[in-house]
Amino acid sequence: MVNTQERTAGSGTTRGAAEPPVLRVEKLEVTYYTDAGRAKALDDVSFTLQAGQKLGMVGESGSGKSTLALAMMRMIKAPGRIEGGKVFVGEVELMGLNDEEMRKSRLSRIAYIPQGAMNSLNPVLRIGAQLVDAIKSHRSGDSKAEIEQRCVHALKSVDLDARVFRMFPHELSGGMKQRVCIAIGILLEPQVIIADEPTSALDVVTQRQVMETIDRVKDQINAAVILIGHDMGLMAQFVDRVAVMYSGRLVEVSTVREMFTDPKHPYAKALISSLPNLDNKGVFQGIPGLAPSLLRLPFGCAFHPRCSQVMEVCKSKRPLTRNLQSGRLVTCHLFDQEA
Amino acid sequence: MANLLELRNVSKTYTQGIINPKSTVALQDISLTLKEDKPTIMTVAGESGSGKTTLAMLLLGFITPTTGQIIYRGKDITQLTGEDKLAFRREVQAVFQDPFAVFNPFYTVDHLLTVPIKKFKLAKTKAQARDKMDEALTAVGLRSEDVLGRFPHQLSGGQRQRINVARALLLKPRLLVADEPVSMVDASLRASILETLRNLQRDHGVSIIYITHDLTTAYHIAKSIIVLYRGGVMEAGNVDEVIKSPQHPYTRLLVDSIPWPNLNQRWGTDTIKARETGGSATGCPFRSRCPVAMDKCAVQPPLFQMHKTQAAACYLHEANPKIAAERLSELLPV
Ligand SMILES: Nc1ncnc2c1ncn2[C@@H]1O[C@H](COP(=O)(O)OP(=O)(O)OP(=O)(O)O)[C@@H](O)[C@H]1O
Ligand code: SF4
Ligand SMILES: [Mg+2]
Repeated sequence: MVNTQERTAGSGTTRGAAEPPVLRVEKLEVTYYTDAGRAKALDDVSFTLQAGQKLGMVGESGSGKSTLALAMMRMIKAPGRIEGGKVFVGEVELMGLNDEEMRKSRLSRIAYIPQGAMNSLNPVLRIGAQLVDAIKSHRSGDSKAEIEQRCVHALKSVDLDARVFRMFPHELSGGMKQRVCIAIGILLEPQVIIADEPTSALDVVTQRQVMETIDRVKDQINAAVILIGHDMGLMAQFVDRVAVMYSGRLVEVSTVREMFTDPKHPYAKALISSLPNLDNKGVFQGIPGLAPSLLRLPFGCAFHPRCSQVMEVCKSKRPLTRNLQSGRLVTCHLFDQEA
Repeated sequence: MANLLELRNVSKTYTQGIINPKSTVALQDISLTLKEDKPTIMTVAGESGSGKTTLAMLLLGFITPTTGQIIYRGKDITQLTGEDKLAFRREVQAVFQDPFAVFNPFYTVDHLLTVPIKKFKLAKTKAQARDKMDEALTAVGLRSEDVLGRFPHQLSGGQRQRINVARALLLKPRLLVADEPVSMVDASLRASILETLRNLQRDHGVSIIYITHDLTTAYHIAKSIIVLYRGGVMEAGNVDEVIKSPQHPYTRLLVDSIPWPNLNQRWGTDTIKARETGGSATGCPFRSRCPVAMDKCAVQPPLFQMHKTQAAACYLHEANPKIAAERLSELLPV
């Protein structure tokens, strides 16, 4: 298990290291059994998160970010299977719960706002009905009025008018729909909120508003937030820590400042140097080569065929995740001595 | 030299409701020209609902303008028939934003790529078709073995988006309308795909209309930019000038909201006035949110030209000469 000393980059204060993390993921593993073979989509993923902290999850498309979110929610469907690992939210270990307990934990302990969620709102149901539906079974003891009140409260906390309760999805703009999805995510005030690319379909202005909304509701309920996305700009502006995935493994977890000023893992380095700014117009610095097929991962380190610092050992030996003195996690042979 | 594409005072109004019809102006009086011998990359930027996607749909002939004309290689696209129509369908391709919407869930990726190959007779043999598919997939960072045979739901969001781009590459169009083609892929891959698009323009003479709200990538790939708000052109010109020195208050808001991947360049802290629905039909469309709105903004401002390649539709710049909407293209370097 890895237990890093958490540091909130935003405020610059060290949150009491004594405070136990609200989320602890240990050695999570997922395989998709496809016709073409077994694809290990998540391999030995471990990390922790404190209450109130925001973690950005980045990595190439197909690297397993959504799979990680789905696995934490126990929502992996066939042909996928969770092969092992543990997910603690507070004291509760999710993988050990029975199906009914797990169903109850979704939204109340841990909430997931899926990729493209705003497009999957039911077009013929009023927003209110969709909110009520989401929690009805969780709050069977509450009256109808109590449940509705809770829903209206959630809408208000994401800056939506109570009127939205009676509206249909098509009457809302993209930004408003995305806020409805966030409202659903916070209805039961979970301790962990996972938002999968919540703003990739929104314009910059709306995007900023949605992110500010997430920030505010997070503070209100003191939840931990995992933001999955590709936009490093958004990460720089929003999160406290950044986790980088490559081919199903977490290759680096650092504070946002460390990641942007001094990335350690060669893939993270390449990612940071591919970022656009106003001074390098027309320079496209992609990482050469293709992401490997999960069906046939390269031996040793999966990044080795594309790595500019590859060594002999990388081709045969799978690197272990090291917990550096600074509290950063890095999975690369270059750091074998440092831990 | 001949024009590839010409928009002549194109407007699009959507009308909803029967008893109390409400009309929304989705696009207002746009005139544009793309030259056949000067392939370029032009960005159309603006927030959701600004008319970007309406413009894309018009260019592709999916919807017809309420007023005005769209001329493709000398012919009105609403009048195309037979050979011309087939040529248009092949030469003007689209890459859309929402890969979830585009794919029929019951068809595999192969189907999506082989249909255009067959329809437009791009390959003589099966092997040749296969080579073409491999080539296009490699260009967007995918391996055939990973994606062929799969159904859309078995692919990640970014993989689907890239298959869309691959499909467009396969067809080597003359005009590519790319509506947020890389919003779901990571930074390094985004750089690679944009480079692929730029090479398409540079080496294969493909003109690209890049529709996005992402001004960082617009800055890197495009020559010119048109900023839309509620269907109207707010600012247009050279992409460098407009992004480094935005003149319209709306463009300033957009540039200020760019999340730069730089810890020392925080995004704007000004509170943003929420966009009201509906809004006034007359005057500057940005008036209700504009921090410096004046009385005269109740009358729609024309474009005022600050430089050879920059103009803004805002009275803050009325000391500069006006430029007619029909002459928009003169502001846009190729
Ligand atoms: N139902 C499925 N069957 C088979 N393979 C799958 C399935 N769902 C996902 N995969 C594969 O698992 C890998 C990880 O996918 P995942 O959706 O987690 O990626 P991601 O990091 O979220 O990507 P993106 O950023 O593009 O959303 C990919 O290679 C994907 O093709
Ligand atoms: S383990 Fe070796 S190949 Fe992998 S990232 Fe580190 S140096 Fe590169
Ligand atoms: Mg995903």
